[in-house]
Amino acid sequence: MSRMRHPTEDPVWAKVVILTLVGLFLVSVLILPLITVFFEATRKGLPAALEAIQNEDARASIKLTLITAAITVPFNVAFGLCASWAIAKYEFPLKPFLITLIDLPFSVSPVVAGLIYVLVFGAQGWFGPWLLDHDIKIIFAVPGIVLATIFVTFPFVARELIPLMQEQGVDEEEAAVSMGASGLRTFWSVTAPNVRWGLLYGVLLCNARAMGEFGAVSVVSGHIRGLTNTMPLHVEILYNEYDFVGAFAVAALLCLLAIVTLVLKALLELVQPQSRPGRH
Amino acid sequence: MTATETSQIVASRRPMIRRRSAIPGFALTMGVTLTILSLIVLIPLSAVALKASEQTFPEFLQAAFNERALTAYRLSFGAAFIAAIINGVFGVLTAWALIRYQFPFKSLVNGIIDLPFALPTAVAGIALATLYAPNGWIGALFAPAGIKIAYTPLGVVIALTFIGLPFVVRTLEPVMRDLAADVEEAAASLGANRFDTILRVILPALGPAWLTGIALAFARAVGEYGSVIFIAGNMPYKSEIAPLLITIELEQYDYAGAATIAVVMLAVSFLMLFVINAIQAWARRLGQ
Repeated sequence: MSRMRHPTEDPVWAKVVILTLVGLFLVSVLILPLITVFFEATRKGLPAALEAIQNEDARASIKLTLITAAITVPFNVAFGLCASWAIAKYEFPLKPFLITLIDLPFSVSPVVAGLIYVLVFGAQGWFGPWLLDHDIKIIFAVPGIVLATIFVTFPFVARELIPLMQEQGVDEEEAAVSMGASGLRTFWSVTAPNVRWGLLYGVLLCNARAMGEFGAVSVVSGHIRGLTNTMPLHVEILYNEYDFVGAFAVAALLCLLAIVTLVLKALLELVQPQSRPGRH
Repeated sequence: MTATETSQIVASRRPMIRRRSAIPGFALTMGVTLTILSLIVLIPLSAVALKASEQTFPEFLQAAFNERALTAYRLSFGAAFIAAIINGVFGVLTAWALIRYQFPFKSLVNGIIDLPFALPTAVAGIALATLYAPNGWIGALFAPAGIKIAYTPLGVVIALTFIGLPFVVRTLEPVMRDLAADVEEAAASLGANRFDTILRVILPALGPAWLTGIALAFARAVGEYGSVIFIAGNMPYKSEIAPLLITIELEQYDYAGAATIAVVMLAVSFLMLFVINAIQAWARRLGQ
């Protein structure tokens, strides 16, 4: 007894071919690399891998990565809230142009993002001599790493919030204000509850990129062990020294971060299905 | 004519002036936004153009388009283009499978598509380099045939494919979901076979989103650094990408040279931004 195929359903052979191709593609480009990281990290046993993420240099890199994210994320949240409020709640000329400018860092190569701060704050840069006179280090120091990270993660929060706030309109806020609520009160009681999931989504993506940024940070860091090495830079140094277990052990830690990020992201998409997929 | 009508007409005559809003905070939030945007993004970006313009025009041309720089652009843009096309082909198949088919571990597969957004590029770089090296799990399959993947331009394509993978899938998915089944049914009931339906009904509807996804993947891949440098081999005139050339010139304290290549890359990025916006405007017109 054969079942009639619905006219909009693909024939079985087509399904098999497509699923096989997709499977081969995803396995060779996504899944095997992920397995490689954990396999290489534990090649000499779990204790060796654990040792590699607990030694002094690794700890220093973990600490610096956490500090960088702890400054970058709140900064971009503050900026994202200001920018989305200004853009979504008022009408003014050149609005699309302003949104394009905020999105600009996504179109800039990470290496160029690092380079621009070297040109501004480096020894040969605009403020180089002045900074030298006042003994302030930005490039090859933590402030440069934070600045470069802020640049590459700049649009994440704003671009999640702008469409959400625009969709919501201004009626509720205008009602709150006309009943005597202050601007801040209006934001907390009316706007914030509507955008909180979108905000969390932006924070999640911003944090993942801040902890994982490599190109921009690599240009401004100077790779000083224990001082200006973030986790991704530590991975690079160990890898180039042929300490593969060490490199992949720290990489495995970053992989876990990525997996946690993806799980939380999937959960947020369940809570708020209209959350658009992050594009970077 | 009432007072409100008059004020509405006056307001409509002055479209460039901000509509007066009852909501407070415009000056503050706009001021903070513009200040931070200028300090973090616009002023530092202008440093690149200013640094590059310190040279004479022939010097600029020499720094921007010498033989080594040209081979680096060719690799960066060429590999990014090939990777974007690969993602275009497999992205449409992946999105189709995710929307239309049922298969085991579907939600897991759906979640892992976004891995390139979440995984640090350096981690992807060392994992891909190990996997596609001649003694790696995949590299070893090709080594007997004399095909080297890691440390050749082929490796660059692999890394850029990884980086661009989610763009095509994620831009296509919502369009495929909205694709009305009744149009397909109509085509089928009018006698079109499945192949005709796909070719003449489904693919044209996906066109703009598909192109947008491919363009986004290309734009991201052109500037990519972290995932590429571990697998590229980084041989001058052979497997050196343009962002790597910037870091090399920085290490040699050739700031003007580094800024020059950055200007060329920024010009391409802005061109891509323009192209993507044009595709999206075209898609909106088609949708109306």
